[in-house]
Amino acid sequence: MTDAAMPPTGPPPGGVADIRRPTIAHAHLRRRYAAERRFKLYGLASIAVAGLVLLLLIGSIVSKGYSAFWQYYVQIDITFAAEELNPNGGQVEDTTVRSADYLKLVRDGLKHAFPDATKSRRDRRALYGLVSANSDVVLRNMVLDDPSIIGTTRNVWLKLSDDMDTFAKGNIKRNLPESDRRVSDQEIGWYDILASQDRITARFNIDLFRNGDSREPEEAGIYGALIGSILTLTVTLLVSFPIGVMTAVYLEEFAPKNRWTDLIEVNINNLAAVPSIVFGLLGLAVFLNFFGLPRSAPLVGGLVLALMTLPTIIITARSALKAVPPSIREAALGLGASPLQVVAHHVLPLAMPGVLTGTIIGMAQALGETAPLLMIGMVAFIVDVPQGFTDPATVLPVQIYIWADSPERAFVERTSAAIMILLGFLVLMNLVAVVLRRKFERRW
Amino acid sequence: MNDLTYATETAPPPEMDSAKIAKIVTRNVNVYYGDKQALIDVNLDIYEHEVTALIGPSGCGKSTYLRCLNRMNDVIDICRVTGDILLDGQDVYTSDLDVVQLRAQVGMVFQKPNPFPKSIYDNVAYGPRIHGLAQGRAELDTIVQQSLERAGLWKEVQDRLDEPGTGLSGGQQQRLCIARAIAVNPEVILMDEPCSALDPIATARIEELIDELRENYTIVIVTHSMQQAARVSQRTAFFHLGELVEVGETEHIFTNPSDSRTQGYITGRFG
Repeated sequence: MTDAAMPPTGPPPGGVADIRRPTIAHAHLRRRYAAERRFKLYGLASIAVAGLVLLLLIGSIVSKGYSAFWQYYVQIDITFAAEELNPNGGQVEDTTVRSADYLKLVRDGLKHAFPDATKSRRDRRALYGLVSANSDVVLRNMVLDDPSIIGTTRNVWLKLSDDMDTFAKGNIKRNLPESDRRVSDQEIGWYDILASQDRITARFNIDLFRNGDSREPEEAGIYGALIGSILTLTVTLLVSFPIGVMTAVYLEEFAPKNRWTDLIEVNINNLAAVPSIVFGLLGLAVFLNFFGLPRSAPLVGGLVLALMTLPTIIITARSALKAVPPSIREAALGLGASPLQVVAHHVLPLAMPGVLTGTIIGMAQALGETAPLLMIGMVAFIVDVPQGFTDPATVLPVQIYIWADSPERAFVERTSAAIMILLGFLVLMNLVAVVLRRKFERRW
Repeated sequence: MNDLTYATETAPPPEMDSAKIAKIVTRNVNVYYGDKQALIDVNLDIYEHEVTALIGPSGCGKSTYLRCLNRMNDVIDICRVTGDILLDGQDVYTSDLDVVQLRAQVGMVFQKPNPFPKSIYDNVAYGPRIHGLAQGRAELDTIVQQSLERAGLWKEVQDRLDEPGTGLSGGQQQRLCIARAIAVNPEVILMDEPCSALDPIATARIEELIDELRENYTIVIVTHSMQQAARVSQRTAFFHLGELVEVGETEHIFTNPSDSRTQGYITGRFG
C-alpha cells in the first residue's frame, strides 16, 4: 500500500517485478482520483436535485399564490337614500341606521349601472352576484362612520365577488365554453363594460392580513390563524423551553449515571419518535377531559405542542451540553465553583447556541403541526380573531388545510398565499434564532 | 464514603523532619475506580513552601493522588477514597467539610491550559467573584493585577485585559490559569503536568514561575519530565502501580535512590 501511494520515480533498479510497480501505482492512483471526482459529482448532483425541488416547490406556491395579495374592486354609484336609512327623518339614530337594508342600496346601485339587466330574476341575481356578498356591511360602516352621507350619492369601490375577482385575475379563462366556467358570458359582458369605464381596479388585499377566516374568499384573512399560531407557540415556548433545558441540564450535569437515568434517556428518545396525533389524544384525555381546560384554545394547543417539542429540545440541549469541553467544568470546579455555578456560569452559556438551535427546530416543528390539534378542537372554522389564550383559535397550517379543502376557486390562491405567509413566519423565527445565537456567542 | 477507622496510630510514623511543617498529611490512602484499585496505602506528607514533585510512569496513580487533595475525584461517580487526608490537621474527606472552601484553599492547574472563553480579566476575576473576595470593582482590579503580576503575565496582557483569554498563546494561557488559581489566594497549588502541552521556552517560564511561587504557596506538581522534577522540586515522590515507592529530597532521589524501581525509572530503564 505504501508503495502504491508513492508517486512513481522512474524505473527503480532491480528485476522485472520492481519495474512493474510504478505502473500498478499509476493505475491505482488514477482509480483513486477518479473515485474522488465521482464522489464530488454525486454530492453536487444531490445538492442540485435538492435545490431544484425546492425551487419547484417555491415556484409553484408563488406562481399560484401571488395573485391573492391583491383584490379587484368595482366602482358603483350608491345612493344613500334618506328614506331607506332614516325613514323617520330628524336625528339620525344609531339603531335604525344599523338595521337598515343596505343590501338594497347595493342592488339599487347595480341596477342603476345596468338598467337593462333587470328583466328576469335570473339576470338580477347574476347582476347582484358581481360584487362581494359582504358589500352591505361596507356600506353600513361608511354610514356609521359618517352619517352626513345620508341623502347623497357616492362613488363607492366595492369588492368584486370571488368568482369575478378570479376572472379578473385571469384565473378563469375567457375562451373556455360558457358551461365550463363559473362566470357567464353575461357577467363577462358587464365586466368588460365596467372595465372600459375604468370602474374596475386592483388594490392590495389588506384584508388577507387583517381578517379572520370567512366563507367568502374575498373576506377571508389569515390574521386570526396568525394570532392563533403566535399565542399557541408562545405557550409552547414558555412551557417547553424551561422544562426542556432544566431536564437536559439535570440529566447531563447532575443525575447519577444509573439504570434509572438510562431508562429515562431511552424513553425521551422514544418520545421524539411518537406520532404527533398521539400527543393530541393525550391532550384530549388530560387537558380537556381531566383538567377541564377550554376546547380549541391556544393554551391547550400550546401545551400539547410543548409535550411534542420537549423531546427535541431535551435531546439537542443534551448534545449541546455534552459538547462543552470537560476542561471548562474542571477549571471552574477547581476554582471552588459549586456544581450549580459551573453550570450557570460556564456550561449553559457555552451550550446556549446549540440549545437555541434545538429550540427553534422544535418550535418550527410545532408551528407546522396540525395532527395533534385535531384532537383538541383547533382544526375548526373560526371566524373571530382570538383575543387571549383561552379563546377559540386555529393556527396557520390548519387554516391552510381548511382553505385547501374549500370548494371555492378563489381559495386556491389564498391557500398558496397562506403557505407563503407560514414560510415567511418560519424564516422570521429562524432569523430571530440566528440573531440570538450571535448575541450569545459575542458575549465571550 | 471514607473509612475513618484507619486511624493514624496504625500508620507508620510520619517522616521525621521537625524543621518543616507538614501542610498536607496523607495516611493509608486507597482509591478505587469501581473494582480497580488505583492507589494502595499511600502515606505522604507535603511540606509548606516546598515544591513536591510526583513522578512515575503513566497510570501509576500520581494524578489520582493529586486529585484527592482537593477532592476533584468527587466528580467521578465510581471513585471511592479511603484513608485520611489532612490539610492543616483537618480531614478533607469528612462530610461536614465544604468542598467549595477546600478548593479555594487548594487551587489547581491542569495539564491542558483551560482558560474560560471569557476575557482575560474575567478569567482571573472569576474565582474572587464567586467567593466574594473583593468589595467593589477597585479591589477586584487590584486582585486581578496582583495575580497576573505574580503569574508573570501582567506586562504582556495589561493593555488587553478585555480580550478573550483563549486568544493567548499556549504558554500565556497556562500562566493565565495559574493567575486564575492564585487569585483566590489558595495555600496549596496542585499542578497536573502543567507544561506537557507547552514548548521548551514556555516551559522554562512556567518553571521559573513555580520557583517564585514557592515563597508564598505550597506546590504539588505531577510531571513526566524527570529533568523538570529535578529542576523545580525540593522533594520528589515516586509512584509505581498505585504504590508510593519512595519519597525524599529531590537531590537524594535522583542521585541515590534506595529502591531499585526508582533507580530503574530515573535512569530510563522502564516507564
